[in-house]
Amino acid sequence: MHLVLIAVLPFIGCLLLAASGRLSRNAQTLVALTPVLAGLWLLGGTAPEILSGSVQAFRAEWVPALDLAFSLRLDGLAFLFTGLILGIGLLIVIYARFYLPGDEALGRFLALLLLFQGAMVGISLSGNILLLLVFWEMTSLSSFLLIGFRSGKAEGRQGARMALAVTGGGGLALIAGLLLLGHIAGTYELGALLARGETIQASPLYPAALVLILLGCFTKSAQFPFHFWLPHAMAAPTPVSAYLHSATMVKAGVFLMARLWPVLAGTEAWFYLVATTGLVTMLLAAVIGFFKQDLKGILAYSTVSHLGLMTMLLGFGTPGAAMAALFHLLNHALFKAALFMNAGIVDHEAGTRDIRKLGGLATLMPITATLGIVAAASMAGLPPLGGFLSKEMMLEEAVHTVWSGQDWLLPMLAVLAAAFSVAYSLRYIFHLYLGPKRESYPAKPHDPPLGLWAPSALLVALTVLVGLAPNTFTHALMVPAIDAVTGGRAPTFHPALWHGLTPALGMSVVAVAAGAFLLWRHTGLQRGWDVANLPDGKALFESLIEHLVDAARVVSDAIHNGSLQRQLAVLFALAIALGAYGMIQGGYTPGTHETLPAHPVAIVAWLLLLSGIAAVLVAQQQRFLTLVFISVIGLVVSLAFVYLSAPDLALTQISVETVTILLMLLALNLLPKKPSRLSSMPLRLRDALIGLAGGGAVGFAAWAVMTREPNDPISTYHWENSVSGGGGHNVVNVTLVDFRGFDTFGEITVLGIAALTIFAMLQPAARGAAGQRLRAWIAELPRSPERHPMMFAVAARVLLPLATIVAIYIFLRGHNAPGGGFIAGLVASIAMLVQYMASGFEWTDARRRIDEHLLIGLGVTIAALTGLGSLVFGAPLFTSAFGHFHLPLLGDFELASAMAFDVGVGMTVIGAVMLALAELSHIAVRANKEETGTKAVDAGPMDIDPARLRETKGETPA
Amino acid sequence: MSMEFLIASAIGALTWAGIYLSLRGRTFPVVLGVTMLSYAINLFLFAIGRLKVGAPPIFSEEAATYTDPLPQALVLTAIVISFGMSALVVVLSLRTFLETGTDQVDGEPDPAIDPLDGDRDEWIKRRNAHRIDMLGETRP
Repeated sequence: MHLVLIAVLPFIGCLLLAASGRLSRNAQTLVALTPVLAGLWLLGGTAPEILSGSVQAFRAEWVPALDLAFSLRLDGLAFLFTGLILGIGLLIVIYARFYLPGDEALGRFLALLLLFQGAMVGISLSGNILLLLVFWEMTSLSSFLLIGFRSGKAEGRQGARMALAVTGGGGLALIAGLLLLGHIAGTYELGALLARGETIQASPLYPAALVLILLGCFTKSAQFPFHFWLPHAMAAPTPVSAYLHSATMVKAGVFLMARLWPVLAGTEAWFYLVATTGLVTMLLAAVIGFFKQDLKGILAYSTVSHLGLMTMLLGFGTPGAAMAALFHLLNHALFKAALFMNAGIVDHEAGTRDIRKLGGLATLMPITATLGIVAAASMAGLPPLGGFLSKEMMLEEAVHTVWSGQDWLLPMLAVLAAAFSVAYSLRYIFHLYLGPKRESYPAKPHDPPLGLWAPSALLVALTVLVGLAPNTFTHALMVPAIDAVTGGRAPTFHPALWHGLTPALGMSVVAVAAGAFLLWRHTGLQRGWDVANLPDGKALFESLIEHLVDAARVVSDAIHNGSLQRQLAVLFALAIALGAYGMIQGGYTPGTHETLPAHPVAIVAWLLLLSGIAAVLVAQQQRFLTLVFISVIGLVVSLAFVYLSAPDLALTQISVETVTILLMLLALNLLPKKPSRLSSMPLRLRDALIGLAGGGAVGFAAWAVMTREPNDPISTYHWENSVSGGGGHNVVNVTLVDFRGFDTFGEITVLGIAALTIFAMLQPAARGAAGQRLRAWIAELPRSPERHPMMFAVAARVLLPLATIVAIYIFLRGHNAPGGGFIAGLVASIAMLVQYMASGFEWTDARRRIDEHLLIGLGVTIAALTGLGSLVFGAPLFTSAFGHFHLPLLGDFELASAMAFDVGVGMTVIGAVMLALAELSHIAVRANKEETGTKAVDAGPMDIDPARLRETKGETPA
Repeated sequence: MSMEFLIASAIGALTWAGIYLSLRGRTFPVVLGVTMLSYAINLFLFAIGRLKVGAPPIFSEEAATYTDPLPQALVLTAIVISFGMSALVVVLSLRTFLETGTDQVDGEPDPAIDPLDGDRDEWIKRRNAHRIDMLGETRP
C-alpha cells in the first residue's frame, strides 16, 4: 500500500495546488512540500527491505483484456531513481519558491512540477510496461507545460513545442517497441518479463523492438541526432531546467535502458547502436558545450554529453560498465542540479546568463562562487569529488572495450570527450567566477538569500562527501540498484579515489591537461568555431518540419481542394472498389431462404417510390417540389415498415418524416429556391455512373442477405428474456431501454449534442456577415397575406391536448405494444411545433415554460441516473427492475425502472427537436431585431382575433 | 416478383439517387442525398433481420414466429439519429450560405455572388494567405 501512496501523493499535491490559487506563496510552497516529504518518508520506510535486496510489489487489474495492470514494483534501481526524483524535487520546490518572481503564478508552477514528479515516480515504479508508457507520455505532456510556462515568450513556446514533438514522437516509437517486447515475452509485467531475456533476444522481432525502444529512449535522453531539443528547452524557468533537464526527465531514457538492460543488452546490435550513439553524443555535445556563451546553454550541452556517457556505458553491455553508468547517474544528478541552480542564481543576481558579460564574480558573491566552483569541478571529474569517481570508472571500462576490432578508438575518443568536458567545466569556473572583475554588470551581483543557495549547497556537500567517502555514502544505495540491473553479475562495487597507477588515472591526467590547454586557447578556438558556423539543430528541425508540412499540403490539396464533390467522389469510389474486391474474393452463391410473394399493393407502393426518386432527380432545380417528392419516399418507407412487421419503425419513420420535412422547409425559406445548374453533362454522367455502381452493389448485397437463412441471430435471447428479464412484451422497446440501454443512452446523447450544435451554429448567425445578409433578404422573403389563419390557429389549439394525450398513450403502452419514448417524444414535439406554425414563433415561445436546453440536459441526466441506479443494487449498468402493481380503477399495471429511462429518452427527443426547429424558424426575425431592436411581429395568436375585434369595437362579450 | 426483390431494388435505387445527389455542387441536393442514403441504409439494416409479414416482435406465448427485433431496435435509433444528422447538415449548409453568400460546395467561386468576380487564382491565393506552420507561427 505504501507503494500506491508514493505513486499517488504527487498527483494529490498537484490537485491541491491547483486549487490553492489564493493562498500565499509560503502556504503554496508548504502544500507542495508536504506530499514530497511524505513520499520521501514512505520511501525511507521501505529502505531496510529494499536495500537488503528484496522487491516490493503492488498489483491491481486495470484493463485485463489488454494485460494492462496498475502494477507497481520497487527494487533497488527503482529505489535509487525514485529517491533522486523525490529528493531533488524537494530541493527544487524550495528553490523555486525563492526563484520565481512575485508576479508569476507560483501555485500553477508548483502544481505542474508535482504533476511532472508524479509522472516520473510512475515511470520509476511501474511494474507493467504498458503502465510505464502511460506515465512516459505524461512526462512529455507535463514537461511541455513546464518548458512553456512563460507562454508569453516566443522562445519558450518554440522550445516547448520542439521538446514535445521530439519526445512525443519518440514516445510513439516506444509504444510500438514495448508492445512488441511484451508480445515477444508473452507478458507485460516487468517482473516476469525481466526473466525472459533469452526468449526475447532469440526472437526475430527483437531487432525491431530494440530499435523502437531505443528511439524512445534516445529522444527522451537527448541522444544524437535528437539532442537539439534539450538546449532549446532551456527557455524554461531555471528550476525546471534543474529538475527536468539534469536530474530526472532526460534520465528517463537512461533509466529505461537500465531497466530493460537485463533483457535487451549483450547483443551486437545493442552494442553498436547504443554504445556508438552514446559515444558520438558524448563527444559532440562536449565540443559544442565548450563554445556556448549562455551559462544554461553550456550546462545543457554538458547534460547531453553526460547522458551520452551513461548511454555509452550501458551500451557496452558488460556488468561493470552498467555499474559505472548507474554510479554516474547518481553523481551527475547531484552536481548538475546544483550547477543549474547555481546558474539560475547568477542570472537572478547578476542580470545575465551571457558568460561574456560576466567574470570575477568570486569576490562579489563568494558563497555562490564556492558552490559553483566545487560543482563544476565535480563535472570536470576532478578529485576528490563524486564526478571524478564515476569518470574514472568510465575511462577504465573504455580501455577494455573494443569497437569493431579497433581497441584504441574508444579510449581515445573517451579521453577527447573528457578533455572537452574538463574544458567547459573550467571555463565555467574561470570565465564566470575567477578572472578580473568587470567595471559593470547588468545588475549588482551579490549573494542571494539562504533559500536560493541552500538547496544547491546540500547537493554540493553530498557530491564532496561521495567523493571523500564513497563507500560510506553510496555503497548501501548503489549495490541493490546495480544488482537489480546486472542480476548480481557486476564486479564488487568499491569506488575509491586511489586505485594505484591505472591506465584510467593516466587518461584522467591527460584529459585535465588537455582541457586546461583548450581553455587557454579558448579565444582563438571560439573565433574558429564561430566562423565555421556549423548547422544548427533547431534550424534543421524547423526546415524538416516545413518540408513535411509542404508535402502534407500537396497531398491534402490534391484530395481536399475545397470541393466536397471531389472528396465524396473519392470516398464513394473507394468504398465501391473495396466492396467489389470483397465480392470478387468471396464469390456469390444464390441463397436458399424462401422469398415472400409480392402483394399487388406492395408493387404499387414500390412503383410510387421509384417515381418519387425519379421526380426528385428531375425536379432538382425546383427545391420546394423536391421536398414534396421526398416526403412521398418517406411515406412509402413507413408503409414498408408497417407491412413488414415493424410497427415501431413505422411510427418512428412517419413522425421523423414530418419533422424532417418541416425542418427542410424552414431552411429552404432562407436558401436559394431555384438555383442554376452547376455541373456539366459529363460530370453528371460520371456521378450517375458512380451512383449506379454503388446503388447496384448495395441493392445486390441487400438481395444476397435477404435470400439467405439467418445465421443463428442473437435476438433469440432477446425474445426469450423480454418478459422475464425486461418486464415488457414489446421486444423492440425492451431492447432499446434494457438490453441495449447503454447504446440508447449514447444515441440520445448524440441527439442532444446535435441539437446544441445547431443552436451554437444558428445563435451567432444573426450577427456579422450572416446577419447582414439575412436583413437584406427579409424584404424579399415571400409573405403570405394570411400568415396565421384563424382556422389553423383554433384547430391547432384543439389539437394540442389531443396530441399530448396520444403521446402519453404511446409512451405508456410502449413497453408492451408499439410505442415508447422516442415516438412519444416525436409526437409531442410535432403537436407543439404545430402551435408555432399556427401562431408564429414570438407568440408561442412566450408561452413556453421549460427551456429546451434544460429538457435535453434533464433527459440525458435522468437516463444516466436510471442506468447508474442499477449499480446501487449491485447489478450491471442499465439493468432494469420492474414490478406489477394494482391500482383501483386502473387495474393491474406494470412499472419498470426502464420507464424512467424512457422518460429521459422522450425528454431529450422533445428538447432536441424543439431546439433545432425553433432556432431555425426565427433566425431571420432575430437578425432584424438585432439591428432595429423592434419587438415581436406577431402580437396575437392569429391574424384576425375575434376577441380583439370585439375589444376594438367596444363591445363587451355577452 | 418477390417482396425481397422489391426491397432490394428500392434500396439500390435509393442509394443510387443518394450518391448522385450527394455529388452535386450545391448544398441542398447534398442534404437531399444524405436523406436518401439514410432511407437506404435504414432499410438495409432492417432487411438484415429478413422480411416477415404479420409477425411483429411483440412477445406472446402463442406467437409461432416473430421478426428479428434487434435490427428493428437499431434502426429505430438510427432513424432518430439520422434526423439529428440531417438537421445538422441542413443548418450547417444554411450557416455557410449566410456567411459566404454562396451555397456551392464544388470548390469553385460562385460567379454570381462572389465578390472576387470569379478570379480563381486570386481566390486560391487568398485562401492560402494565412498558412500556419506546425510551430504555430504564421507564414507570409
